[in-house]
Amino acid sequence: MPTTIEALATAKSAEMCDLAALYAETEIGPLLSELDRDLVGLVPVKRRIREIAAFLLVARARDRLGLDCAAPTLHMAFTGNPGTGKTTVALRMAAILHGLGYIRKGHLVSVTRDDLVGQFIGHTAPKTKEVLKRAMGGVLFIDEAYYLHRPENEKDYGQEAIEILLQVMENQRDDLVVILAGYAGRMESFFGSNPGFRSRVAHHIDFPDYADDELLAIADAIATQAQYCLSPTGRVAMVEYIARRRRQPNFANARSIRNAFDRARLRQAMRLFESKAPVDRQSLMAIEAADIRASRVFME
Amino acid sequence: MRITQGTFSFLPDLTDAQITAQVEYCLRQGYAVSVEFTDDPHPRNTYWDMWGLPMFDLADAAGVMAEIKACRVAHPNTYVRVNAFDSTRGWETVRLSFLVQRPAHEPGFRLDRTEAEGRTIRYGVRSYAADRPPGARYSPDEGV
Repeated sequence: MPTTIEALATAKSAEMCDLAALYAETEIGPLLSELDRDLVGLVPVKRRIREIAAFLLVARARDRLGLDCAAPTLHMAFTGNPGTGKTTVALRMAAILHGLGYIRKGHLVSVTRDDLVGQFIGHTAPKTKEVLKRAMGGVLFIDEAYYLHRPENEKDYGQEAIEILLQVMENQRDDLVVILAGYAGRMESFFGSNPGFRSRVAHHIDFPDYADDELLAIADAIATQAQYCLSPTGRVAMVEYIARRRRQPNFANARSIRNAFDRARLRQAMRLFESKAPVDRQSLMAIEAADIRASRVFME
Repeated sequence: MRITQGTFSFLPDLTDAQITAQVEYCLRQGYAVSVEFTDDPHPRNTYWDMWGLPMFDLADAAGVMAEIKACRVAHPNTYVRVNAFDSTRGWETVRLSFLVQRPAHEPGFRLDRTEAEGRTIRYGVRSYAADRPPGARYSPDEGV
């Protein structure tokens, strides 16, 4: 049995493998560019997804040339502040992993603690197993994972759900991918009290807060998707709004922007209604500065 | 004698890979898959014991295979079968039902003849396994 790298390399057929051709063969290119287009910022996330995609290519090449290639562990933990895109990326991750061929079906099952933990003795195990059966072949997304473990309440059945999850995460790695998500500080203490999770999760991805220009791009994207557009003065007002809102408490990144956009739409509707003038496509689509500056964020 | 109840029963025992393929087909058609077991092999015995509830909303066969394995471990010397139920209007019936485990030794059936009035004969089928009480019908090293 050849043991050195040279001997191994010459042991099987000495063909070359064109990674670029493999890349064109699979669906990786369109998936990655769609990801780039649809999600603003999120550099560490995109980098990690690229690495997983590149690993897939190399695995295929190894397979073609007769080398062994075991599937990697794909369990992930997303940490970050509210509104940074954890749930959005998890939804896409199922489609991406399915497109790359790592999971068999491409569905996502999104649960929180209440879907896994039972209310009485003996309730937790069947409940968790049902959820796991439904998620097999796809991605299980556990939002606010730290609520699974409630150390202050000794009658809590969360520990049982954690045990079952850990077992499945280890033994059925090619059947299921688990993604945990939550706020950074609490996830850290959750992993601290459950070291089994930390060792089973291969990818710890942090979702950084968005920068101001990224939030503006998100506002544009939200508006375009809803078939609105920010007028030039509206844009200036939005830039100012973002700068001011960020300094206020309970800033939730992209979610705050979406809420602001919804409120701007309400004010636009009020303005159009009170103007009593006939409306055309242009005026129905435009969000003006007045719609944004009416926010109480500007009143301080 | 190997009982020939259900689909594929004349074929050699299905491997796990083949069972997975069948379950995948059922899930693709949207059937609800359930696992049942029994130790009474009479062909008119339709009341098998359920192993858990029917599994709706599954996308992949891995969950069903895990349940089948668990049932095999918990009831090692009984018949275990997989049912697939189609709930679409107009069908509402079991569409596929096949055995996934048999006892190591299946003793077979005998024909009972009972004389009724006017010297007519009533025929019945009785399983040799049913002579023993439930739970003790098949032993692992019998008939080898």
